[in-house]
Amino acid sequence: MSAVAKEWREIPARYNLEGSECGNCGRKYFPKRNMCPHCRRNGFGKMRPYDVSKKGKIFTFSIIHDAPEANRDLKPYAVAMVRTDDGLLISGQLTDVDLAQIEIGMRVRAVLRKLGDAGPSGIIHYGFKFVPDL
Amino acid sequence: MREVAIVGTGVTKFGELWDKSFRAIGIEAGIKAIEDAGMSGSEVDGVYFGNMSSRFINQQHIDALIADYSGMATRNVPAVRTEAGGASGGVAFRQGVMAVASGMNDVVLVGGAEKMTDMDDAGTALIMDSTADAEWEVSMGLTLTSLYAMIARRMIYDGIATREEIASFAVNAHKHGALNPNAQYRKAVSLETVMRSGPVAEPLGMFDCAPYSDGAAAVVLVPLEHAKKMGVDYVKVSATAQASDTLALFQREDITTFKATTVAAKEAYKIAGIEAKDIDVAEVHDDYTVGGIMALQDLGFFKKGEAGKAVLEDRVSIDGEVAINTSGGLKAAGYPVGAAGVAQIVEITNQLRNRADNRQVKDAKYGLAQSVGGTGSAVTVSILEAI
Repeated sequence: MSAVAKEWREIPARYNLEGSECGNCGRKYFPKRNMCPHCRRNGFGKMRPYDVSKKGKIFTFSIIHDAPEANRDLKPYAVAMVRTDDGLLISGQLTDVDLAQIEIGMRVRAVLRKLGDAGPSGIIHYGFKFVPDL
Repeated sequence: MREVAIVGTGVTKFGELWDKSFRAIGIEAGIKAIEDAGMSGSEVDGVYFGNMSSRFINQQHIDALIADYSGMATRNVPAVRTEAGGASGGVAFRQGVMAVASGMNDVVLVGGAEKMTDMDDAGTALIMDSTADAEWEVSMGLTLTSLYAMIARRMIYDGIATREEIASFAVNAHKHGALNPNAQYRKAVSLETVMRSGPVAEPLGMFDCAPYSDGAAAVVLVPLEHAKKMGVDYVKVSATAQASDTLALFQREDITTFKATTVAAKEAYKIAGIEAKDIDVAEVHDDYTVGGIMALQDLGFFKKGEAGKAVLEDRVSIDGEVAINTSGGLKAAGYPVGAAGVAQIVEITNQLRNRADNRQVKDAKYGLAQSVGGTGSAVTVSILEAI
């Protein structure tokens, strides 16, 4: 059951890009943190949920050819670091995109997709990927 | 604190050592180092051992295994295994230096080993990927190579280095690896070969990536005052520093610099009382070519935007401005992860003892080794000085 618990507790972040905001200094984080690394003890217990902007621009990207087993069927596929409109940097896959058209600065938005599964009888992992925001 | 010296070194061949087990290669390097120091294993009172992943050989408790098979357990000598991703060996060396400097130990054996070819490449790749953030990078579909590829893409975009300049780091590595009898790849390659190698994670190709390797390395540490009386060639450990950064690359403000390298280097130069320009020879962590280019900038050898040009113009080879990765680096000498950081110390020590044979850097006085975990999440920088 532990694999299910691990999946379940990260649902707000994986499905909806829920991060944290420090109630002491206002810094925003994704994924969530229970303690602000800048305020440390002064921010402990003051972290509140923060909805990260689902839109942003490609900061950098790569096309993966040598793919891990779980993503063999996808290759070649694109991954990117995205600068969200509220200034965070987030990593994820790019999908529904012509690989030749991807460029730094391209506008993208987060959507919910299947990330993989834990075998035929295992749970299915869902989470965000980025698509072109036309 | 006491000053520390390296009095012995040992390294195995790096490569796909199918006929040798993890325990066999680990011991081979240790015996060579103790023999080189003209000592007996019975003098060793502490062991620090770099090893990245128990998953490669499905064995936890690597410290006990090494203590047992090296004969240290018969005298109940304590052994400590360190893990810091790619910096596992660099951290083991630093811990060993600290143990001797503090007076806790008088004779320390620092070793490092990895056996990566007992499983298939896909399994090995997954383990290497887990030195990045498993939860928020790898499980989202990223690989360690793709993270370095994204750094490379951004460096090219920002005008810090061109694709050719990044690729040229592998040309320098192979040029040197061809001269190292223990290297996994003893063959020079052209820039065209690197540029045309199959894509792994664009823009990086196969020749931008260090291989999976088996191998081990070891050094013997004693107090400097003790080394002076031993009648062997030794070098002084002038500084060893370590710094941390975020686990995930996307949590950084700047991805084209590893701040942990700049911070550790600054501290190491301060402790040694020297500057970057005083370094004659260096082994830097080139698990990816782009990582090597970043290292040359972050260590202060070249300004940001100028390292790639220097490498492409062949200014970092054995008789260059600063000799970089004379062993062949991780790219050509091989990358048995836990051994790599210790093997860098072996190479620098032998350069400073004038024992580097046909890859000897002339009149080398100061040498530096930089070991990196993940995407710069842990970095060690050590400076050695010829006596």
